[in-house]
Amino acid sequence: MKHEVVEKNIGLMGLLIVLVISGGFLVEIVPLFFLKEVNEPVAGLEPLTPLEMEGRDIYIREGCHVCHTQMIRPFRAETERYGHYSVAGEFVYEHPFLWGSKRTGPDLARVGGRYSDAWHRVHLNNPRDVVPESNMPAFPWLFERKLDPDGITAKLKAFQTFGVPYSDEDIAAAPDQIRGKYEIEALVAYLQQLGTVISTKR
Amino acid sequence: MSTFWSLWISVIVLATVIGCWWLLWATRKSQPTDKETDRTTGHSFDGIEEYDNPLPKWWFHLFTATCVFSLIYLALYPGLGNFEGLLGWTQEKQWQEEVQQAEARYGELYARYGDVPIPELARNDDARKMGQRLFSNNCAVCHGSAARGAVGFPNLTDDAWIWGGDPDRIVETIHQGRVNQMPAKGLMPNMSNDQVEAVVNYVLSFSGRERDPALAKEGKQVFAQACAGCHGQDAKGNPMVGAPNLTDDDWLYGSTYDWIKETVTYGRQNRMPPQEGRLSDDQIHILAAYVYGLSHRGE
Repeated sequence: MKHEVVEKNIGLMGLLIVLVISGGFLVEIVPLFFLKEVNEPVAGLEPLTPLEMEGRDIYIREGCHVCHTQMIRPFRAETERYGHYSVAGEFVYEHPFLWGSKRTGPDLARVGGRYSDAWHRVHLNNPRDVVPESNMPAFPWLFERKLDPDGITAKLKAFQTFGVPYSDEDIAAAPDQIRGKYEIEALVAYLQQLGTVISTKR
Repeated sequence: MSTFWSLWISVIVLATVIGCWWLLWATRKSQPTDKETDRTTGHSFDGIEEYDNPLPKWWFHLFTATCVFSLIYLALYPGLGNFEGLLGWTQEKQWQEEVQQAEARYGELYARYGDVPIPELARNDDARKMGQRLFSNNCAVCHGSAARGAVGFPNLTDDAWIWGGDPDRIVETIHQGRVNQMPAKGLMPNMSNDQVEAVVNYVLSFSGRERDPALAKEGKQVFAQACAGCHGQDAKGNPMVGAPNLTDDDWLYGSTYDWIKETVTYGRQNRMPPQEGRLSDDQIHILAAYVYGLSHRGE
């Protein structure tokens, strides 16, 4: 085939361009939609409770994922500090996942159970109270604002359509579980469950 | 991975590499010679013409080299579906090796002190330095870098131990963590506000700071009913259940009237996370010796 043929037929060139740029997608991404390792939850993985789900939304709202990753890579330096490396099956109920891409603060993939609830409350109210050299912002308003029980039903329904196993009874009972609770309780509950499904270091 | 997806990946990857190579040769074939000539492609626009010369040889061979490189890479490393590659490399294996190498190198440093009793180890300068680093990395975030604690986080440098300061108890605390639950109003859920005031006065009277001596006397009865079950009749605490001594001047949640009143009214929940699994037994042994040494200086 002559180069000229490609250059002078915009339709053919367009087709060839699409072929070339979809190569990586077809090979690296499409098979993942069908692989067991990626689509099946690890043993013991539970969907987030309504309170934890609200906490997750606060985590997103306050931009925690901008400075904290949730992805432990399989390097010794990381597993030594954070625990077992992250596996795909831990994230099947995450929509979207909050892996993040930058660590201004430490990775949080397995922060659950690492500190006490009381520590998290002190730390989120003013990080300098427990970590003097910290440059994390303080989040004092979480202690004053209450959760809005009206939004949770729609949120859980959306996750149900993604295939997260919430039953209709779970969803119906959700507003009452978060009514009257403060945002800080939701965020701490969310943080305390992160990565707890795999608790061994190796 | 199923055979279908394995084939799917392999075929597309190989077809891409071979396709690149073919494209390189196919477009080169139109050139009759490798030498530069004055021949042009025949386009002319406003008198501007384009030479029709082949790619420089070094450039052409660079392209060929990338194709050869990719084929060698695919032979050595896993890239073609289920084919594991001739080197058998996986990222898990590489991580496993890193961990084993580190354990061989550092494990011995920790294991060396595994049999030394903790009080003796606490006087060993090398072990203390190791313990201090372990402490900085794992404990300082709550107990503080000087181990002096804060409100709600115990001071480890004094002689007041909520769960006991014997070497064995310290090891146990680090291993399993601790959960403290002081119920609101102790064992007397229906304690009235007056009774709360009375018992706070009574507790303060241990250190001679009661506001109202008459009320303090009244508080003694409330204390016996609501608090003595854990803190003991003499209020000296019980390290077996993590009830602090109330007669010393060590206060985890503040020593003033208002703080103590808040503690009595609402109770206190606290929890030290277990370190088992995060730290090896040998590391915990060294760490326990460091913590033990903090309050047994110069012994």
